[in-house]
Amino acid sequence: MIEGMTPAAIFIAGALLLPFFCDRAQKALLLIIPVLGLWQLYASPTGDAGVINFLDYHIITLRIDALSLVFATIFLVAAFVVALYSLHVRDTMQHIAMLMTAGAAIGATLAGDMISLFVFWELTAVASVVLIWARRTERSYSAGMRYLVIQMISGLLLLSGAVLIARTTGSVEFTHMSLNSPASWTIFLGFGIKCAFPLLHNWMQDAYPEATVTGTVVLGSFTTKMAIYALARGFAGESLLIPIGALMTAFPIFYAVIENDLRRVLAYSLNNQLGFMVVGIGLGTEMAINGAIAHAVNNILFKGLLLMTMGAVLLRTGTARGSELGGLYKSMPWTTGFCLVGAASISAFPLFAGFVSKGMILAAAADQGHWFVWLVLLFASAGVFHHSGIKIPYFAFFAHDSGIRCREAPLNMLVAMGILAFLCIFIGVYPYVLYAMLPFGVTYIPYTAEHVMTQMQLLLFSALAFTLLMRTGIYPPELRSTNLDFDWIYRRLIPLVMRKASGLSEAVQYKMARAARTAASNAAGLIYHLHGPAGALARTPPVRITILWVAVLLAATLLLCYL
Amino acid sequence: MQHTEQNKDELAWLDQPANVRRIVYTLYAGCALFALLDLLVPRESHFFFEAWPGFFAWYGLLACVGLVLAAKVLRKLLIRREHYYD
Repeated sequence: MIEGMTPAAIFIAGALLLPFFCDRAQKALLLIIPVLGLWQLYASPTGDAGVINFLDYHIITLRIDALSLVFATIFLVAAFVVALYSLHVRDTMQHIAMLMTAGAAIGATLAGDMISLFVFWELTAVASVVLIWARRTERSYSAGMRYLVIQMISGLLLLSGAVLIARTTGSVEFTHMSLNSPASWTIFLGFGIKCAFPLLHNWMQDAYPEATVTGTVVLGSFTTKMAIYALARGFAGESLLIPIGALMTAFPIFYAVIENDLRRVLAYSLNNQLGFMVVGIGLGTEMAINGAIAHAVNNILFKGLLLMTMGAVLLRTGTARGSELGGLYKSMPWTTGFCLVGAASISAFPLFAGFVSKGMILAAAADQGHWFVWLVLLFASAGVFHHSGIKIPYFAFFAHDSGIRCREAPLNMLVAMGILAFLCIFIGVYPYVLYAMLPFGVTYIPYTAEHVMTQMQLLLFSALAFTLLMRTGIYPPELRSTNLDFDWIYRRLIPLVMRKASGLSEAVQYKMARAARTAASNAAGLIYHLHGPAGALARTPPVRITILWVAVLLAATLLLCYL
Repeated sequence: MQHTEQNKDELAWLDQPANVRRIVYTLYAGCALFALLDLLVPRESHFFFEAWPGFFAWYGLLACVGLVLAAKVLRKLLIRREHYYD
């Protein structure tokens, strides 16, 4: 152990050294690095370490407390399993990107100040986009570009918020905030993009399915859960998060029902799962926060598992489209079994992981009397079973036989999926290991006759609905299609408007320019009126607002340059 | 060899309608069982509607049917050809 060193350093050093090793040594290194990281984490004492004084600020690169420890631990476990899953890949670039992404996410959760948080925050974006580009298609190139721009804007918002706070308080420490200043709103929005808040969500469904087989698993495991961690530390108990989260649980499931690409279905379903966590953080009680964190941990396990099974299908058959698949249980029985475990876990069947964490969030919502939110969460629970629990395994492995006969997934993939499947069942059967890691003492008892019965009723009758709709032919078939979502605004509407504007005749352009000049001089007059020597706003110290505007302009420029 | 593989495929467990029926009937039986249990297991309820008999069963059924029907309408509005953006 090196005193005061963040485990992220091991990952980053490993990633930089990786190209100098031969293939076999690379594989060994990929598996050893997470183990070393785990050792470094647990050998370090709790509290702050690795403090660097930069200008006037304390940069805390290693802050171990209950909240950061549980996230860093599950990230390290995920890094090991994902490394195992991608062991067969002979692409050093992807391995480097994977190590960098995992390391940056671990570094971000262990960062005690907003400067190092920002650095790791951006590093996850830059490193993970490589996993999208590594697919090496035209489609993945442009999807990766869109992903990168949006991630950069998220980081920019975090940075400008941090600068604003540093100017007013003189400290860059990352602690709890309330939404009472432009600074905290800016940071909130930055977190919101990475958490995939409604209307800020689309980067995820756009980019995740375009990544490589192993890349999607990496993307799905780290980025969004890092944002959940940041939200839990920065904005726990912020009541605005309750409606935001509830909306997040509900609307993606409609898309998930009609989406054909099964990896994209899982991206919508991830959005829905994040909604549960956001609601838990918004509720802010000890049980709710515990529930949100426990669900984040479980989500890394079962969502990772489901993404892995679909990755294996994509690897072996060359497609993850529901319309092309079916009957694969004959060729890939192990993958089918693991997928069913993941499906049962995400649907929160008793004895599987989701059951012991999602119940906490619902119980916390009910305890506080949020009847509408509770109904939405219950609807979303039925919905998640419907599309992740039934649709994914059904259309990939069962349904009509597509005639595809392929080999079972490679051994390293099967072992990785097996480990996650084991953990899903282990936590479901014996949740106390997970509960002991949570920041607050757990009084919640998951296995009561009532909870088991009501959950089984919800799930069995949801399955009944699927069966009846399927047998009567009402269920919409899987179609090769694109479904419009919010990305239409920046992929179609804005470019269209801009093209139209540049295609206009010179006379019109001249008129528009003149109108713009008149408007500008009017605006200048207004500004002089407000901000001039006698203006009402002249008294305001403009530094903070200026920083904000610079950030907004930077973000807008970035967006427009790309479009 | 080709022939035996063909046979093996035909005999795959889920390819036999009787087995599919068996699964469906098990599901029906499970639904019935847990609907009946609702009368026996006492439930605490936070909200008045939660106390209605079989609330969770009804809610699950209606939520999923509603979800699928709404999604069908949504698809009519949102569907485009697969390479729409390319």
